[in-house]
Amino acid sequence: MANMVKLTINDTAVEAPAGTLLIDAAKLAGIEIPAFCYYEGMSLQAACRMCLVEIEKAPKLMAACVVPVGEGMVVRTESPAVVKARKTTLEFLLTNHPLDCPVCDKGGECELQDMVFKYGAGESRFTEVKQHVPEKQWSPVVFYDGPRCILCYRCVRVCNEGMGVGALGIVNRGVAAEIAPSHGDHLECDECGSCIDICPVGALTSGAYRYKTRPWEMEHVGTVCTHCSNGCKTTLGVRNNEIVRGNNRDRSGLNGEFLCVKGRYAFDFNHHPERLQAPLMRINGKLEEVSWARALQAVVEKFKAGGKAGVVGSTRISNEEAFLLQKFARTALKTNNIDHHRSGDVVTLLDSLSGKTATLGNVDDCYNSKAVLIVGADISQQQPFLANQIRANYRHHKAGIYVATSGAVREDKIAKGSVRTTDSEWLAGVESMREKLKGESELLVLFGDSVKGEGVRKLVAFGESLGIPVKYICLVDYANSRGAMDMGLLPDLGPGYHPAEGAAGMTLPQMMAATDLDLLWIVGANPLARHTLASSNAFVVVQDLFLTETAQRADVVLPAASAYEKNGTVTNVTGQVQRLKRGVETVGAKTDLAIIGLIARGMGVNLGKVDADVVFAEIQKTVRGYNVPLPVIVTGGAAQTMPVNGRVASTVLPELIQSSRDTLFTTGTLTRYSKILNEVMEAPGGLYR
Amino acid sequence: MTFSPELEARFADLLTHYPPGRQRGALIPMLMYAQDEVGAVTPDLMEELAKRLGISVLQVDEVVGYYSMLHKKPQGKYHIQICTNVACMLRGGAELYEHACKKLGVGHKQTQASGKFSLEEVECIGACSWAPAIQVNYDFHHEVTVSQLDQVLEGLQ
Ligand code: SF4
Ligand code: SF4
Ligand code: SF4
Ligand code: FES
Repeated sequence: MANMVKLTINDTAVEAPAGTLLIDAAKLAGIEIPAFCYYEGMSLQAACRMCLVEIEKAPKLMAACVVPVGEGMVVRTESPAVVKARKTTLEFLLTNHPLDCPVCDKGGECELQDMVFKYGAGESRFTEVKQHVPEKQWSPVVFYDGPRCILCYRCVRVCNEGMGVGALGIVNRGVAAEIAPSHGDHLECDECGSCIDICPVGALTSGAYRYKTRPWEMEHVGTVCTHCSNGCKTTLGVRNNEIVRGNNRDRSGLNGEFLCVKGRYAFDFNHHPERLQAPLMRINGKLEEVSWARALQAVVEKFKAGGKAGVVGSTRISNEEAFLLQKFARTALKTNNIDHHRSGDVVTLLDSLSGKTATLGNVDDCYNSKAVLIVGADISQQQPFLANQIRANYRHHKAGIYVATSGAVREDKIAKGSVRTTDSEWLAGVESMREKLKGESELLVLFGDSVKGEGVRKLVAFGESLGIPVKYICLVDYANSRGAMDMGLLPDLGPGYHPAEGAAGMTLPQMMAATDLDLLWIVGANPLARHTLASSNAFVVVQDLFLTETAQRADVVLPAASAYEKNGTVTNVTGQVQRLKRGVETVGAKTDLAIIGLIARGMGVNLGKVDADVVFAEIQKTVRGYNVPLPVIVTGGAAQTMPVNGRVASTVLPELIQSSRDTLFTTGTLTRYSKILNEVMEAPGGLYR
Repeated sequence: MTFSPELEARFADLLTHYPPGRQRGALIPMLMYAQDEVGAVTPDLMEELAKRLGISVLQVDEVVGYYSMLHKKPQGKYHIQICTNVACMLRGGAELYEHACKKLGVGHKQTQASGKFSLEEVECIGACSWAPAIQVNYDFHHEVTVSQLDQVLEGLQ
């Protein structure tokens, strides 16, 4: 244990490890020292002077955010001198602050308001006219109101250190000092909104949220971002059945307060005018709106009629929906023709880890592992949160970062080793760093879709040969890509990667290419964006939010609810299960779970009680690795599923695995319907990489 | 952007004065010397120095905006800085400044059309013991009276 230092704060004896900052030591002892610029996890700034305290024998008040604890220190945080200093600091901060709280987005959750309320003088000696500069718009989503800014540097640091972008700075000085964007009058950056989120006042505001509501008029619904596989917890701000904000200020969930541009803004697809709100049925060759009863009846009739069926699941539906879908396919439709779009070779990874000491890594390992190797993925673009964890690992623990990628990546800047390879020759690139990697004490390996099939085995063999503990993360694309596999949306594997009963079914491309398919049921996927459907006679049933390429070919389209409109669970890229919570609803749409249940009822098939909690209980009992503690997820936490132990017998063709290598501003179909993301992409800097 | 061989040599020498990986510390002197040669801190100059030191243009801008001796617009051949801060004001700094305004026909941070003189009212220039003080380019003049100011200005060609 670290050396403990004894000191006294406000006449209370306090002990803290040597090196602890006074402000943190006080917090441990339950004493609040107010602060603006101090921010856990970021570099120290000591810019705001809000944290001044009295330390005996020190000639003047000291900034508690930069003074480490000292043996025998006697500290007072509420002495008359400190109280007066705080009042003065706040008086200065308000010199030019506009006091437009009634129309400020931040009003009600503003740290300056709270501080003035608690520590302020209540009156000001300044009678001069306030300096004013007009508000500026730096991008479709970032606005800056200079007079409100208290120059705490939080935004500058989060962009520089947290995001690794460095798009903000402070120019000029004194009363003219202000935050400036990377490109003179506009930003070219990740557009992640972290700067807005971290701003203690209303100086930085969001294009999506500004002037829409008062914070206390929203409901706050904790759920999981539905865009990429990282599974960030997001707290939706909902007003009048509309999502107006996504953030995670309460730092619940695995991502702390991190969200990327998609998590923070791209919830607006949910309210896109083209959302389907009634079932569609092909009548005389044209898709027409019909009632749910009529549409379901048509589906049930076709399903009952039998024939050669194919089922395509989604990488976005919940675990419960995926589980029920494959159960339906295998028991009622009696087929193994079930698949989904696969973006990473988790199956081979699980198989090749059997009998090895190496294990699966997770989000925490990204932050804690002494060394990290990234193979064939631009993680800052494709896996924003994992990339953020790895940057923080470098910043806080000086982790050794290694990259073998086909193009330049943001991690190059902090990497100990960085090589350019091709998708087929990545192994040579990794080999070239062998000696350096051997020198590390442990390693976490993240790999993209260029490593698949035999490649995965070679990578694992490489890891074994290093003689150090190694963990692996197989990167996948979408919010429930991992869950789709775990739940058995595969032609040869059932839930938990158990071999499916009977012969392996058709893969997704095989279903598309089959000329004799009678029935095709597509739940939340858009395969016709990539494939053509060979069978012209197939009766196609599609469940989706929008009239996608696939839905346009359908005979029946059933309007589905989005992830923000349902309860259930999803599993992120590293196998952590989290809970979806319904925040809003779209009139006319139903959850995929409910739709599957209705079809089953129509057919007289008993799937058990069709309720997310009941299905999850079944998953807990029957799916290998999913026997996770319920309280963890019920309270909004992430529960780690246990890696399968033992061989996975799969015939799954690795060549089917393909990541769409999304950027920060895209994730498949959904983001096409996000007005905000499209605006960001069109803005100057939208093509920033 | 290219600089004179003398300036390049100066830069090369400067960079050896900082520990490895801390070369960005040379930014302020580089800006000052380059400003003398180029005439102002131009956007090109900022970009060039950012590139050389491996920092962003915005980071250069942060420094330029902070230091009053760095100018984005060209100054006159002779840049007259007159301190009107407390010590100098008490000893006649404000009168000096007003006199200079009238005599040169320009105000704060302005440059004569001919480009000969520019004027700036400055905060402390660290010469309080010899107040009132003025600075012409890099030269200091101490305990200046109005008539001495006239002499100084007339002596500059
Ligand atoms: S939006 Fe993100 S990347 Fe852009 S300036 Fe703000 S913190 Fe930096
Ligand atoms: S914009 Fe906000 S976060 Fe940035 S310095 Fe100003 S007050 Fe701080
Ligand atoms: S990193 Fe992925 S999960 Fe997190 S906010 Fe972005 S898109 Fe959503
Ligand atoms: S919190 Fe210590 S100076 Fe800002």
